[in-house]
Amino acid sequence: MENSLLAVDKNRAFDIMAQFQGSSGADFVNDVLMPALESIGGRWERGEVSLSQVYMSGKISETMIDTLIGGATAAGSGRTVAVAVLEDHHNLGKKILSSVLRTGGFLVKDYGHALKAEQLADMVERDSVEYLMISTLMLPAALRIKDAVALIRERSPGTRIIVGGAPFLFDASLAEEVGADAFGRTATESLNIVKRMMQEAA
Amino acid sequence: MMDRMTSMDRTMAALSHEEADRVPLFLLFTMHGAKELGMSIKDYFSDAENVIQGQISLHKKYKGDCLNPFFYAASETEAWGGDVVYIEDGPPNAGAPIIRSVEDIDDIEPPDMDNPVLRKGIEAIEGLVDYAEGQVPVIGTALSPFSVPIMQMGFEGYLDLMYENEDAFWRLMRKNEEFCVKWGNEQAKAGVTALAYFDPMASATMTSPADYRRTGHKIAKRVISRLDAPTASHMASGRALPIIEDLVSTGSGAIGVSSMEDLAELKRACKGRISLIGNLNGVEMRRWTPAEAELKVKECIAKAASGGGFILSDNHGEIPYQVPDDVIHSIRRAVDEWGAYPLEWFDADEE
Repeated sequence: MENSLLAVDKNRAFDIMAQFQGSSGADFVNDVLMPALESIGGRWERGEVSLSQVYMSGKISETMIDTLIGGATAAGSGRTVAVAVLEDHHNLGKKILSSVLRTGGFLVKDYGHALKAEQLADMVERDSVEYLMISTLMLPAALRIKDAVALIRERSPGTRIIVGGAPFLFDASLAEEVGADAFGRTATESLNIVKRMMQEAA
Repeated sequence: MMDRMTSMDRTMAALSHEEADRVPLFLLFTMHGAKELGMSIKDYFSDAENVIQGQISLHKKYKGDCLNPFFYAASETEAWGGDVVYIEDGPPNAGAPIIRSVEDIDDIEPPDMDNPVLRKGIEAIEGLVDYAEGQVPVIGTALSPFSVPIMQMGFEGYLDLMYENEDAFWRLMRKNEEFCVKWGNEQAKAGVTALAYFDPMASATMTSPADYRRTGHKIAKRVISRLDAPTASHMASGRALPIIEDLVSTGSGAIGVSSMEDLAELKRACKGRISLIGNLNGVEMRRWTPAEAELKVKECIAKAASGGGFILSDNHGEIPYQVPDDVIHSIRRAVDEWGAYPLEWFDADEE
């Protein structure tokens, strides 16, 4: 499956899904699809695969999820994670996150992009968001997370905030500087961080 | 230390894989010019004269080895009819995509060279060429046809096109190639010493080497062969090592490389064939102490400067607005201290 995804070979990926002998769609996601995405995430982190491949892998996976179970409750959590981009139109990271979160069994609330810190804090408060992921590409947008975190902490103290994107990869101390609860190097790592936070909170 | 060569001679020696009087330092400022002139980034970029005066001021202040008339990446899509979104502390961003459907690819027309946005860029180049008097390289910039669709279409739209509609992808590339050649050559005519062929999409961070070879590499070879100025291919923080041989074969004389990769490894792969520009981490740079800045400079020089073929610079092709003056002064001093050829301190350490 991993090779099919990395080769952006949708037909082969669907053939593998059709041949899967497990008892349910959830088994396929948990036993085949998520391990492939986890591995791709690790290889992205080590510089072995490209962002284009990560994005297309997530996109194909999401299509398979839709075909299989028509929704996003594969891992059985059914919990909601909100995703957002501050300040600019750089959406790719958020899109990858959404694909991986949906494949991993979460419902995704997409708050869009080019948001101001105040707007995002309003949305988080309105929806009582438990887990918020903020994706960035540019340094100014990453620095602006600090303002959003301050507002969210004030109005929605229970919300856990996970950040990710290029500026955080280039500066390991940036996540702490902006006050995030965690930093995901990859979309799959972000997914695992939320799962861990949920377990700790249970 | 008194420089014994002009910036131009120093840079040319480095690009010829020779040791000059010291390692050249390319301080690729864009927005810092606004700080120098005490104006907002939006006001600064509204007039070519501001960019000319900002670059001259920065050159006098830090004595870097190049002048950078580049405004911002989104200015190319602005010339194609796109919007620009200004922020107070970062580069202006491209607004909503100008290509929203495959049909738009057939309808969209590249801008003429008399487009006001492009004219502003040419005016800045001409002003800086006059100032430089042939003593300081003036570096133009052309976004690669393979990378500019990130702004024309948005990342997702572009990747969907590349992987799901190859015919339309190549139709867009043909239009972008023609524009890139015209725009690059307009800058060459205005007197730039070299062109930065900005191609982050080529990097192994963005595109797999196999996909690059069937797409962006072919485009780069075609475009670079038609440009009337020498080029440096810039990966804008993306990884270059997996495609080094491909980059060498594009005809570019240098590569702008990422802090994510080891300069020593890059040097081994490139030595004597293609020069390296890099790779100080711009994101970290904003919080370096002067001592850390010196150490980082020293590390880069130790890894890549021996034998020439190396220009010290940041890893992205643009120093972030947040980087403070004392760090830049420290980088400049460290190049004098540790970058003077022959690198006796380094040779002594080696022994």
